[in-house]
Amino acid sequence: MAEKLNVPQEQEGHAMLSTKGQQRRRFLSLFAGTAAAATLMHACSNDDNPSPDNGINLGSGDIGILNYAYALEQLEAAFYTRVTQTFFSGATATEQQFLNDIRDHEIAHREFFRNALGSKAIPSLEVDFSKIDFASRDSVLGTAKAFEDLGVSAYNGAGKLITEGAYLLLAGKIVSVEARHAAMIRDLISNGSFADGTAVDANGLDLSLDPPEVLKVAAGFLKSKINASNLPTS
Amino acid sequence: MNIEHIITDLEQQDPELHDRLSNRRSAIKGLAGIGGKLALAAIPFALGSLFKKAYGQSTATIVEVLQFALTLEYLEAEFYTLGAAAPGLVPAGPPTGAIATIRDHENAHVTLLKNTITTLGATPVAKPVFDFTAGNGSGNGPFKGVFSNYPLFLAVAQTFEDTGVRAYKGQAGALISSNEVLTAALKIHSAEARHAAHIRYMRRNLLSSTAIKPWITGKDTGGIGDAVQASYNGEDLTTQAEINIIGINGTGVSAAAASEAFDEPLTKAAVLAIVDPFIV
Repeated sequence: MAEKLNVPQEQEGHAMLSTKGQQRRRFLSLFAGTAAAATLMHACSNDDNPSPDNGINLGSGDIGILNYAYALEQLEAAFYTRVTQTFFSGATATEQQFLNDIRDHEIAHREFFRNALGSKAIPSLEVDFSKIDFASRDSVLGTAKAFEDLGVSAYNGAGKLITEGAYLLLAGKIVSVEARHAAMIRDLISNGSFADGTAVDANGLDLSLDPPEVLKVAAGFLKSKINASNLPTS
Repeated sequence: MNIEHIITDLEQQDPELHDRLSNRRSAIKGLAGIGGKLALAAIPFALGSLFKKAYGQSTATIVEVLQFALTLEYLEAEFYTLGAAAPGLVPAGPPTGAIATIRDHENAHVTLLKNTITTLGATPVAKPVFDFTAGNGSGNGPFKGVFSNYPLFLAVAQTFEDTGVRAYKGQAGALISSNEVLTAALKIHSAEARHAAHIRYMRRNLLSSTAIKPWITGKDTGGIGDAVQASYNGEDLTTQAEINIIGINGTGVSAAAASEAFDEPLTKAAVLAIVDPFIV
């Protein structure tokens, strides 16, 4: 099974010789012989049918969910990269430190998914930040809060759609960092709002959203069109 | 036992539960409304079979995870309840507000977990007797004075929150068979991470230490030291699924950022060893 999975990657662009290719093979081979292998095979065949008219297809099964996460991480990383190129006026040392850190975390997440997905990865997305005023603290932190809360909701909602425990754990490793970001950005806007009633309900539960709801919001910041029609729904 | 309340609680975690149960639920409603005492006595049996069907064969595994989580939530809930009530401990203003927010969430988690365990046909574990000095009941452990010494209180709070995040993360895989319970656990998990970030921010401000950040760098305790090192060991991973995150794809991701970007799980055994000194 593992060998079969590797064949397309080795044929493409000498991936076998690159570090990235080796990483990818190891990542995929972790799941060889499990249910994920079957899922991967399934995702392979689906992804071979690009449908540009309907947008960038995330794919199906666990691969689809990983691509969904990759899309969101691309959006976040692009946002913080822009934010930290020229900070909004009056950004404090603390704000700059935190925003730089968050940028690096989101880049780490994005690049991790890119390498892990390998040839199954969706292309780089084109963002649309025309609605954001990067010179304004309110605009930047307000957008950051929306992205971080959205990210937390997205991972919380995606957990149940993942079939392979190792992928679930990876999503879990990332979502709590997103929640730390969300809390911090909220505290920068208004100290003490880290987990207020708009983020955590009376049962002490954080938010969760299904992919269509998340992607509807994300679409407002993307030029690229995302096609989530093959994602699992339960 | 308030059946409607329990089902409502579960529904809040599980938007699809209603569909799953609606026929049976309306049957129960009718039963409760018409049948009086006799029907009420029959309800636990009805619920038992209802959930066995809804949650399948791994109910025992799920209950075990929930009982473990409940123990941790008892610990946190009592800690914040006592801390918030301790005269002169938490400064007025934002700190008092934040501790009250977290206290209320932890108590809500206790209620939610107890209700869910009951609904799954099991008896929630009893609340242990706690020694928040971490002295195993001696009251003389390394955190002696935790409810009179504010920096110490926040240090223990940070450790509980960061450990809680790791504990839930470590159990996610065991809940994969139940969409409903997994989603609820994930929602508690990220709420705990929000708490952790805020407590760390409070410590940063209190101690004027820019080295303390809302996220965990390496396996750093944030200056708390050896007494809590076990809660941070293993957080310093910079490789995920065999992919090296440091400088990945030519980016400037440092070792610090690579470790911060991914929180790591703890096994149940590791968590129980960490909380053992707090349990009498």
